[in-house]
Amino acid sequence: MSRKVKEESCVRVPICQRPEWSDVCPVPQDDGPNPIVPIAYAEEFREIMDYFRAVYLADERSPRALQLTQEAVSLNSGNYTVWQFRRVILEALNVDLHEEMDFVARIIRDNAKNYLIWHHRRWIARKFGADVASKELEITKEVLFRDAKNYHAWSHRQWVLQELGGWDEELAYCDELLEDDIFNDSAWNQRYFVVTRSPLLGGLEAMKDSEVAYAVKAILAKPENESSWRYLRALHNNSLSSLSKDPRVASVFVNVLKSKKDYVEALNLVLDLLCRHYEPSDELKNSIDAISPDSCPPGSSVAQKVCHILQVADPMRADYWEWRHSVLV
Amino acid sequence: MGELNIENHARYILSVEKKKDSFESVVMEHLRLNGAYWGLTTLDIMGKLDAVDQDEVVSWVMQCQDESGGFGGNIGHDPHILYTLSAIQVLALFDKIDVLETEKVSNYIAGLQNEDGSFSGDMWGEVDTRFSYISLCSLALLHRLDKINVEAAVKYIVSCKNLDGGFGCTPGAESHAGQIFCCVGALAITGALHHIDKDLLGWWLCERQVITGGLNGRPEKLPDVCYSWWVLSSLIMIDRVHWIDKKKLVQFILDCQDKENGGISDRPDDAVDVFHTYFGVAGLSLLEYPGLKPIDPAYALPVDVVNRIFLRR
Repeated sequence: MSRKVKEESCVRVPICQRPEWSDVCPVPQDDGPNPIVPIAYAEEFREIMDYFRAVYLADERSPRALQLTQEAVSLNSGNYTVWQFRRVILEALNVDLHEEMDFVARIIRDNAKNYLIWHHRRWIARKFGADVASKELEITKEVLFRDAKNYHAWSHRQWVLQELGGWDEELAYCDELLEDDIFNDSAWNQRYFVVTRSPLLGGLEAMKDSEVAYAVKAILAKPENESSWRYLRALHNNSLSSLSKDPRVASVFVNVLKSKKDYVEALNLVLDLLCRHYEPSDELKNSIDAISPDSCPPGSSVAQKVCHILQVADPMRADYWEWRHSVLV
Repeated sequence: MGELNIENHARYILSVEKKKDSFESVVMEHLRLNGAYWGLTTLDIMGKLDAVDQDEVVSWVMQCQDESGGFGGNIGHDPHILYTLSAIQVLALFDKIDVLETEKVSNYIAGLQNEDGSFSGDMWGEVDTRFSYISLCSLALLHRLDKINVEAAVKYIVSCKNLDGGFGCTPGAESHAGQIFCCVGALAITGALHHIDKDLLGWWLCERQVITGGLNGRPEKLPDVCYSWWVLSSLIMIDRVHWIDKKKLVQFILDCQDKENGGISDRPDDAVDVFHTYFGVAGLSLLEYPGLKPIDPAYALPVDVVNRIFLRR
């Protein structure tokens, strides 16, 4: 619901004073006979929309109508009826869509969270096909540079890769974003997307080794990072059996516990494994003992101790850890 | 500590409907039907729906209907599934679903299902799990789920499930609380919740609660009152709501109120709007805040409205 107003570089002439519009009678918004939501319009916007309604109702697919839709979406990019009619006109006039791409690129800058603009962009890109793959990746990159988690940009990027191609640099791009912000969940998701779907990389099995190393490095840098832990699990297809057999997994949570801080995510995995009959090493048991609160009852099992630690370390989710404790066998 | 100022919020919502000279109103003109749903449902939850003229609302809603059977966001706008659901929901609030030609509306919605089971938003073809939820919710409220291929619809939603237990807008897209609500809601409505690993998703959802007590929509994002609805209703539908700190969440929502002028904002001290006012009040209803009618987490309508639709037949 962005309402950024595009600054016009020259003084705007009201439409009623433009000679090329002298034959048109503007149509005011019909809010019904007893409008329950009567609204007063900013004058300029009212005029644009009144003329828009006139051409829309007359189904006028002309250059001036096209120009009018440009003015309308520039003032309010959220009006989907205007965008739709613009597409109708673009098709009817067989306009060079390269210019349209440029226009959309300008508007996207100020309205990067607007579904309609991204959808309009996709509609144009589809018409060009694989030729515009790099251009489309470029525009999402520009948007992600300002907001690295923009959900629309990521959705568009995934669509481009799958429909138009351009996978070559994608893993490197994820590296770049994660270096900027290791907590960027969108980038981690994209990493998984690339590793599992890129036709250039050989799939998850081929990439597993290097990706586990990558995840471990990220975890050790910031052990409180939800995303890196989830990525590690995803590499093992969430299989606790597979995770328990990977020595790098055991090593990473022992390392985190030894630091005695930011260990909630690590302990969460340990707890999951313990619930699957995982045999904790002495090293692991000692690290857990070292951070157990005094309130922990003597004779507690390793899993019980972990639950106690988590109830103290993550009090926001105390009820969750209490439940985990209650279902321990 | 804090209290929900129902009178203020009711006054705010009614004033937004009448506000003149507002650029905000102007730019939202095309989604007036969504706004009506947010405002009116909030009023109903607060027991204030009678402040509105039912006949005027119903008459205006019906004028938003296009010849295709779908509804536009306001009179004279193109039809879209987003506004079609809002139209059905607003009519449901007033127990006026019977003014609809069910066949016509359900045909419009059914026509938007694609071969892979997904749904487009309108004839222009945008696909998103939001539209799956909207279609299934709409058709369920109209008792016309038989018009579509439910199995294919469920299959498509399940294909959008990620390894973290959550769901995105399309297969492979990042898990996002808003999309999760849509997918969980759709699976709840079609009796297909067994496709969800409730412990796994419940954990992802309860990790959305941040230190201030508010909920975010994805890891490492800021909390926002609207997630009080999307995360909370999802947790309720999978029976894991006891995993979050409810007291702290209630306090967060109350802190987002504009105590003088009414309305609720996305986070404390920001500007209010009807969208966040609805989600804040609906979230409080889910948390059983006193003085509010209970709301159904899947249909996002008051429970008595939903019961009227499903128990009457």
